[in-house]
Order: sequence, then C-alpha cells, then structure tokens
Amino acid sequence: KDSLTLLSRVSAHPESRCWFLAWNPTGTLLASCGGDRSIRVWGKEGDAWVCKSVLAQGHQRTIRKVAWSPCGNYLASASFDATTCIWKKNQSDFECITTLEGHENEVKSVAWAPSGSLLATCSRDKSVWVWEVDEDDEYECVSVLNSHTQDVKHVIWNPQQELLASASYDDTVKLYREEEDDWVCCATLEGHESTVWSLAFDRTGEQLASCSDDRTVRIWRQYRPGNEQGVICSGSDPTWKCICTLSGFHNRTVYDVSWCHLTGALATAAGDDAIRVFEEDPGSDPQQPTFSLTGHVPRAHSQDVNCVAWHPKEAGLLVSCSDDGDMAFWKYQRPELNTPVL
Amino acid sequence: MTGGNQLENANPLIYQRQGDRPLTAREQDEDLPDQIDEREIFDILCSRLWGQGCWHVFLMDQEHPLSLEELNVVEQVRVKVNDDESSVSVAFTPTIPHCSMATLIGLSIKVKLLRSLPERFKVDVHITPGTHTSENAVNKQLGDKERVAAALENAHLLEVVNQCLASRS
Repeated sequence: KDSLTLLSRVSAHPESRCWFLAWNPTGTLLASCGGDRSIRVWGKEGDAWVCKSVLAQGHQRTIRKVAWSPCGNYLASASFDATTCIWKKNQSDFECITTLEGHENEVKSVAWAPSGSLLATCSRDKSVWVWEVDEDDEYECVSVLNSHTQDVKHVIWNPQQELLASASYDDTVKLYREEEDDWVCCATLEGHESTVWSLAFDRTGEQLASCSDDRTVRIWRQYRPGNEQGVICSGSDPTWKCICTLSGFHNRTVYDVSWCHLTGALATAAGDDAIRVFEEDPGSDPQQPTFSLTGHVPRAHSQDVNCVAWHPKEAGLLVSCSDDGDMAFWKYQRPELNTPVL
Repeated sequence: MTGGNQLENANPLIYQRQGDRPLTAREQDEDLPDQIDEREIFDILCSRLWGQGCWHVFLMDQEHPLSLEELNVVEQVRVKVNDDESSVSVAFTPTIPHCSMATLIGLSIKVKLLRSLPERFKVDVHITPGTHTSENAVNKQLGDKERVAAALENAHLLEVVNQCLASRS
C-alpha cells in the first residue's frame, strides 16, 4: 500500500511555474507564488482548497519565495525584481505596507525569525541582509553579510535559537549569529559538491537538513563546546557536523527539503518530478543516524517539483508545487515497520 | 553560397552540412507516433539556430551568419535523446576555447529546445569536455534553472537570444 496518496491537485499558477509554498503558522492559509508575478492565498472550504486572494500588484518580476510572520498577520515576498514586499493581512485581504530595497539584483529568499522582530533576505548579489522590525512596521537593515562567494539561494532561521542559516551556489551553507550589535558568520558547512538549494531545521533546532544540485540531502548536527562525543569546537561556537548523507535516491537536483516538526519525517522535492519521504530508522544511533525511504511518488508532477511543505498542525499533510504550475496535496502515512516500500 | 570565397579564407573552419534526412516508412505512417530522436534534436538546432552568437563570426560576416552545424558547434553525435525517459542532452563545442559567447550560445540552445520539445523533457546543455577554458562555470550556470529563468526575464538578453534563434531566410 502506498504511503503517499494524492488528496487533490490545484492549478495554482496556470501557464506559469509555481515556485514556492508557505503555510501560515496555524495552517489555515497557504500562500503560493510563481513566475506570473502573483501571490495567491488559499484557504480550505469543505474538502477543497480555494483561492481567497490574489496579490498581483507588488512585483515586476517572478516572485521566488514567500514567508509568513510568526504571528500570521504579515506575509513577505522575495522577487527577481530585487525587492521584498511586506503584506499586512486585513479582514479579508492583503495590503502591501512596505517594499524593502537594497539588494542589487534578484532576491531569492526571505525568512522571519521566530521572535518576529527580525527578517532575513538573500540575493544573487551574494549577500544576506538582516532587517529589524519595530512596532510601527518600520524595517531597518541592521547587517549586510557578504560571506558567500556566489548567489545565495535560501535563508532560514533556527526555530529555537537566534541563529540564521543560508545556502548558496558556492556549494556551502553558512550560519550567522548576533555579536555586539552586528551579525557574524559563525560556521561554514562544506561537503556538498554543487549548489545548495534549500535548508530545513528539525523541531529541536539541533539538526539541519540541506539539499543540493549534487542530488543528495545532508543532515548536520550541532555539537556544543564540551560535548560528550568529543567533536572539536572553536571557541564558544558550536560545530555543525554532517552525520548522514542521503545519496542514490534522487535522479536530479533536489530543490527543496521540509522537516516535519510534528512527526520528524523529511520530505524532498526534486527535478526528477518526484516527491520522497524519509524517516530515521528506529533505534539508529543519533550521532550516526540512518534514514529509510518511506514514501515515493515518482511522477508527483509532470515537471520539476520546486517545493514541499508539511502542514504545521495536521501530521502527515504535505503540499508540493511544480514548474507545471500545479500544487498537490498529499496524505502521508508511515508504512508499517519492516514493510519495504519498494 | 554567396560570399563563399570570403568565408573560406576567414578564421573559423567551416564544415559541410549534413543533407536532409530521408523520411522513413514509419515516419510516413500517420498511424504511428514519431519518436523524438537525435536527428530531430539536431534538426531543431541546426535548421534554425545560427552562429551569430560567436562574436568573431558575427563581426566577420553579419549578413551571412553561419549555422551552428557549419561551425561544428553542434554535432549530431553529441546529442543524446531518451524519449522514454524524456531526457535530452546536448554537448556543444565553442569554436575557440575562450569564446566569450559560450554561455549565450548554450542558453540559446537550451531555450530553443525548451520551446520546441514537449514540456515533459529534461534538457541538459553543456560544453563538450575539454573545449572551453570556463567549462565548469558555464555548465553550472546553464544547469541552474533559477538563473536561466531570471535571465529570460531580462528584456535585452531575451532579445539577443531571440536573434540567435531567428531563422535564416
């Protein structure tokens, strides 16, 4: 029996590509964005996901990513037009309240810190910007980080600590923390052999998954100074060590990875049109875990899958989107132990 | 070919074009689906893609641009097709190892194939190994669909690509 079953398929950005999806914190709304320069916000009516709002006026070019604020009242959108828009949710609609400018060219990703008072953006201009948000919805850039040597593809905040992570065309992942009113790069994660496209932290923030054009997913674990395992740290900064590499599963670039904070399942979106789910094997060593492929839909979409996102409240509900313009909703049920999927 | 003498004396080596291929019985049978094969990809590229992108050729004889076939930039033996797996791979050979237009030629080939083939196809375009000084960097750029998508939103660049794709009348 298949562990991943299709619930519904929606043409989200017809005649275009759907680049990214983001659930609001309560999981009542889903935002999608695409090559048609629009954002759509979807809500559930009965069993169907219907479009509640179309945000078409903010950007001049492709909208690459969207992110909800932790309070759920704001949506940020990153565009190839070099700007980031902040949208405020009103009773029934969204209003663009500010446009963040400064990047030299395409903004590739945007992410809110768990506190809601910090925002990060990254761009093809190789930089990562940290913005501070005050109570009057004013945004101020507090740091420009030029640690990467190439296009920065993705930014994400750790769910438990004020720690920022970025992924790049330079094949590395970098981590940043605040130090005396500025932000500094505190770690570089090397190991991928090509562009790192996306990142996901687990619920505890102790583990990070990265996915790459090298067709692998890597799992990194944080080791603090004085750790029992004897992993060497420099100064007071933790060391992030690669503890697992998932290779041989994906036939093309892995564009996205999503780590479910309810179940621990790891989903991937790939250029081979497939979605896959991995779970850590029961009883595997936490310092050297092994993962098994527990779900696989080879032709989940008719073209590249760009994004996967687990629902934040409903365990096993997964959504994916593709260059074919569609988004698809999936139900994942962990297969019985010892039952091979393939 | 008009201006033939002038071209023969010029810098690039010019190669003989392959003749039109004979139609097979299968292709003439309307009831059978035609498989996409190497020759078809080659025809898509070489009947319509011209070597204007190579600056030295462009400067030399703008009125008589050479096709990528005549410049040996694209050869049928470097086209790989798997119709069942919906994959196409094309290796192209810049006429000189430091050709500054290599990325543009690769992008034009990629765009031509993306526009011509059914959407199910995965199109990989790369430089023939060992034929360009920035081979790896160009290959990585051509393989990054986000950068390709962004490039094609650039009106000026799109115009240049479309010029490269224009048919020779």
